[in-house]
Amino acid sequence: MSLDRPRPAVVVTGISGNLGRTLTKVLHKRERIIGLDRRAFTGRPKDVEMHELDLRKKKAEEVFRKNEVKAVIHQGIMHDPRMSAEEHHSFNVLGTTRLLEYCAKYGVKKLVVLSSANVYGPSPDNSNFLTEDAPLMAASRFSGVRDLIEVDMLAHGFFWRHPQVETVILRPVHIVGPNIKNAPSNYLRLRHPWVMAGFDPMLQLIQVEDAARAMIEALRPGPKGVYNVVGPGEVPLSAVLRELGHTAIPVPHPLARSALNLLFKYRIASFPPPELDHIQYLCAVDGSRWVKDVGWKPSYSMRDTIRSVISDARPG
Amino acid sequence: MFERLGDAVKNRLRSWGEGMVAPEQRPRLTAVARTQNEYGVDPFGFDLDFMLAAVAPFIWLYRHYFRVQTHGIDRVPPGRVLLIANHSGQLPFDGAMIGVALLTEAAPPRAVRSMVEKWVPTLPFISTFMARSGQIVGTPENCRRLLLADEAIMVFPEGARGISKLWSQRYQLQEFGLGFMRLALETGTPIVPIGVVGAEEQAPALLDVKPLAKLLGFPAFPITPTVLPFPLPVKYHLHFGEPMTFQGLPDDEDAELEKKVKAVKNAVQQLVHQGLQERKGVFF
Repeated sequence: MSLDRPRPAVVVTGISGNLGRTLTKVLHKRERIIGLDRRAFTGRPKDVEMHELDLRKKKAEEVFRKNEVKAVIHQGIMHDPRMSAEEHHSFNVLGTTRLLEYCAKYGVKKLVVLSSANVYGPSPDNSNFLTEDAPLMAASRFSGVRDLIEVDMLAHGFFWRHPQVETVILRPVHIVGPNIKNAPSNYLRLRHPWVMAGFDPMLQLIQVEDAARAMIEALRPGPKGVYNVVGPGEVPLSAVLRELGHTAIPVPHPLARSALNLLFKYRIASFPPPELDHIQYLCAVDGSRWVKDVGWKPSYSMRDTIRSVISDARPG
Repeated sequence: MFERLGDAVKNRLRSWGEGMVAPEQRPRLTAVARTQNEYGVDPFGFDLDFMLAAVAPFIWLYRHYFRVQTHGIDRVPPGRVLLIANHSGQLPFDGAMIGVALLTEAAPPRAVRSMVEKWVPTLPFISTFMARSGQIVGTPENCRRLLLADEAIMVFPEGARGISKLWSQRYQLQEFGLGFMRLALETGTPIVPIGVVGAEEQAPALLDVKPLAKLLGFPAFPITPTVLPFPLPVKYHLHFGEPMTFQGLPDDEDAELEKKVKAVKNAVQQLVHQGLQERKGVFF
């Protein structure tokens, strides 16, 4: 009954990453945050409680036992194409399974799981805008995203089995930003990027701050289920590269595939060859459900979103 | 450098194309309603600037090569509409000519969007060309979305069966797919039947080398008098019919839908017959 009993907390996994830090910057002003990550959180705000631990370990459960946790934001999906597949899989899938167990066991009211629009996968016969009920086909061409799909499906199963927990699965489009080190951002930072000669798919990008805002929006009571989250819209790949002032090198696509296979094998390139599908075919989503349910509007314009890949400053 | 060159070519093409359009239609061309963003494309990747340049050679074909005559183009209603036509000629010039007709002769001009085969996005350059000029992969979701946005959509329900048929089957409509009718019922879209006369003679296919088609992943590999299906300078006639509206459940049994599709097919067949009777010759 004491007055200084701490407020119910929001647990954030993967908090030490760039997206997690961006999220924290906004969220810690409103909520009590408990961060979970294997990595240290450099520049952590003082009011954020941090536990450097692995979700698979028993220690993680203590956080839930000792604190009143009202909500969980799970963005603990690690994606490192250089790490062994087993370790990858175990960290992502087992970690998520444990976390979902704690959510059910300790009466968490809201669970926000960060998935990605990549779960649908780029393909020549995709509709221009995939809705949330489209099949998750990404792994059929690229096994590297299997973990991501499995985590998405685990969360989906949890959503149906535990209706008392308001579960939101967010599938944002490519997240880009000055410090973001995912494949799309890395690709867009290349001065002379390869493009597939004769292919110019429409891209959807979302600025990292907007992605963080979407996760915070998802915390509000009401929205549940799966949501595609779209940024300021669609733009051809060529227009993005022109905006960034890059000089694209057109490569015939069969050649590009075999060349990248070789370069990746000998660790000269860091892009897994199947990622080429993203600059050849369409994987764009319909975000209207999210717009309708939370009144979503990205704060970054298309131009600012694109430019944010290479510069920290938000232009005029 | 390539970009500047590209822009120069684009501007030349565009003024060439606009020069061939009736003066009163010209200012309206650029006013074709679009929802484009700051990069000049709509969410589907349609780029009006690109299209107005890309369409120039087709306007030339329309005016001077196929010398297209339209009959009853004013029957195309404003708002969402499905344009249903017979398909022929080995290469889809029939689709291009209907597109040019709607753009240069309809009032107000309409940018028709057609549904392309699913193998088109796998083709370099062609895939980009198609997307920028407003053509969409033919999935039902895409079609529904465009109809709900009040676009004019062109569908050839015969598909590859129609365009690849042999000379001996000319002007005989092949089996119609049912998909367009489901979408019309679901979205309350009127259907305008179109009879295309002339395209059938542009590239008479004597035989279809099926193994070669399979090898190349094409729907057919026709051998025509010009060997490759290069079109002859036939005269095109486009006959537009009265808009037809249908009532019913989009997920009705196939038998119910077939009846409605039959009515559209008959209308197209009738327009084709009428066109064949009225025309003076294949080339004039």
